[in-house]
Amino acid sequence: MNKAICLKVEGLSKRFGGLAANEDIHFSVEEGEIVSVIGPNGAGKSTLFNCVTGFYKPDRGSVFFYGKNITGMRSDRVCNLGIARTFQIVEVISEMTVLENVTTGALLRYRRIKPAMEKAGEILTFTGLYDKRHFLGTELTIADKKRLEVSMALATAPRLLMLDESMAGLTKVELREIIDLIRKIRDKGMTLIIVEHVMEAVMQISDRVVVLNSGKKIMEGTPKEVCSDREVIQAYLGEKYSALVK
Amino acid sequence: MPNFPMRQIIAGFAILLLLIVFPLVISQPFHIHVMILVFMFGMLGVAWNILGGYAGMFSFGQAAFFGIGAYTSSYLSIAYGINPWIGLVAGGCAAALVAAAIGYPCSNLRGHYFAIASIAFAEIVRIVFNNWQLVGAAEGLSLPMQNESFSNFLFNSSKLPYYYIMLAFLLLSLAVCYFIATSKMGYYFRAIKESHKIAEVLGVNVVLYRLMAIMISAFLSAMAGTFYAQYILYIDPGSVMLLATSIQIVLISMLGGAGSIMGPVIGAAILIPASEYTRVALGFKGTGMDMLIYGLLITLISMYYPEGVWKLLSRLGRQLK
Repeated sequence: MNKAICLKVEGLSKRFGGLAANEDIHFSVEEGEIVSVIGPNGAGKSTLFNCVTGFYKPDRGSVFFYGKNITGMRSDRVCNLGIARTFQIVEVISEMTVLENVTTGALLRYRRIKPAMEKAGEILTFTGLYDKRHFLGTELTIADKKRLEVSMALATAPRLLMLDESMAGLTKVELREIIDLIRKIRDKGMTLIIVEHVMEAVMQISDRVVVLNSGKKIMEGTPKEVCSDREVIQAYLGEKYSALVK
Repeated sequence: MPNFPMRQIIAGFAILLLLIVFPLVISQPFHIHVMILVFMFGMLGVAWNILGGYAGMFSFGQAAFFGIGAYTSSYLSIAYGINPWIGLVAGGCAAALVAAAIGYPCSNLRGHYFAIASIAFAEIVRIVFNNWQLVGAAEGLSLPMQNESFSNFLFNSSKLPYYYIMLAFLLLSLAVCYFIATSKMGYYFRAIKESHKIAEVLGVNVVLYRLMAIMISAFLSAMAGTFYAQYILYIDPGSVMLLATSIQIVLISMLGGAGSIMGPVIGAAILIPASEYTRVALGFKGTGMDMLIYGLLITLISMYYPEGVWKLLSRLGRQLK
């Protein structure tokens, strides 16, 4: 069965002065897949996200979303086309309630407040934050803030959701919940790209894993393939981890 | 968003009724003059609030828009005999265009940097008008005496018509602010206030919405400017384009409560009478006592109610329930 190509990145490069944050990166994501991007700190994962979502302009290379060239497109237009994302350092509107935060996202697809707010209510029920809808953005725990950020991203009705370290700093229980949420999102037919350090989660949910090191893609494959790759072990996972997998 | 309960609607109408009756009972012109200033600065505060309180662009240059409104209608009236009501709209449009022209290149400026840019912009506008012969340079413009009538926007025998016109202008600006606050635009403004990054990631065209905020704010400020020109009948850069006026507008809005619909009006209702009456009572002594008291009031409010008096009032209102 041939599935549609959701995202295609071709020869993407981005330099900051003398530092090559992304160098000639190629990969593609099929519709409905969960693809993880892993690698040590400074490998260029967030830069890659920023290049895809229009926050940075890549120096070279192209990004295609369902065949449409979106290279260097303004970030709000990228969002409008159907790519939503979260940030490594969580971003919510602190002076708004949870419901208003998500409503702001839903307003991308609705002109009036009322239907947008209804949509926001549905999404909060889906993500499990509905009971806290009247809390202010600032009053949430870090886990709930991350959940809120995901809810806001979902409210823009994306086809591709990109999560930047949504699991960092969470407890085991919270981790379990967010993994369930990600699976639920995928079951709704959405495609997901996630940047993650929590390997336990990456192994569980990813269909494929892309490994970056010093700005370059060093490996791509199923979680199992990646775990047994010598280069990946040396660059990122460490000997101890690979021993555990075996 | 405010979901007006019955009690608030009744209170609103009661206050409005009081304001309508006020000048019929209190006939001394000075009191009416103070009220007119309260309405005018209330409107300027509401206009600032759309920009600063909602969209997070802290403008210290509102006097420029106020002045452009005053100058546009006055110049059109003097040079071409154009009716001031048309001048009112023309002034609003002129200010909005200038706002767009300065707002666009400032699209990436946030916080303090936007504030600095707005001061620079307003000072440049003031200096230009101070040296521009066509509009009277530093001498300013005197509006000719005409027959008093509503259509001429001119009244000699009584301040009452000015009072009601300014009250209507204030209500109009409040309606605009209410409409914005309860619509998509208001949500997007608040997202932009939080950060450009978060607004963009939610699909907000930040440049466009920032331009809308600054243009609406400029238009309303310019309307107040035209009113001022028709009321005082004399304008010069030293009276309608002062940095001190810009700062007063920010003070009124912040102390009243930025980001709430009624906040700036409450701010104007406290600070303008405080400033005017202390000046009348103590200013003639030349000791600066009036400014001291005014300054003390500002200090006290910012110490104890940094979020604005409106926050305090709404908290009290909630406790009464």
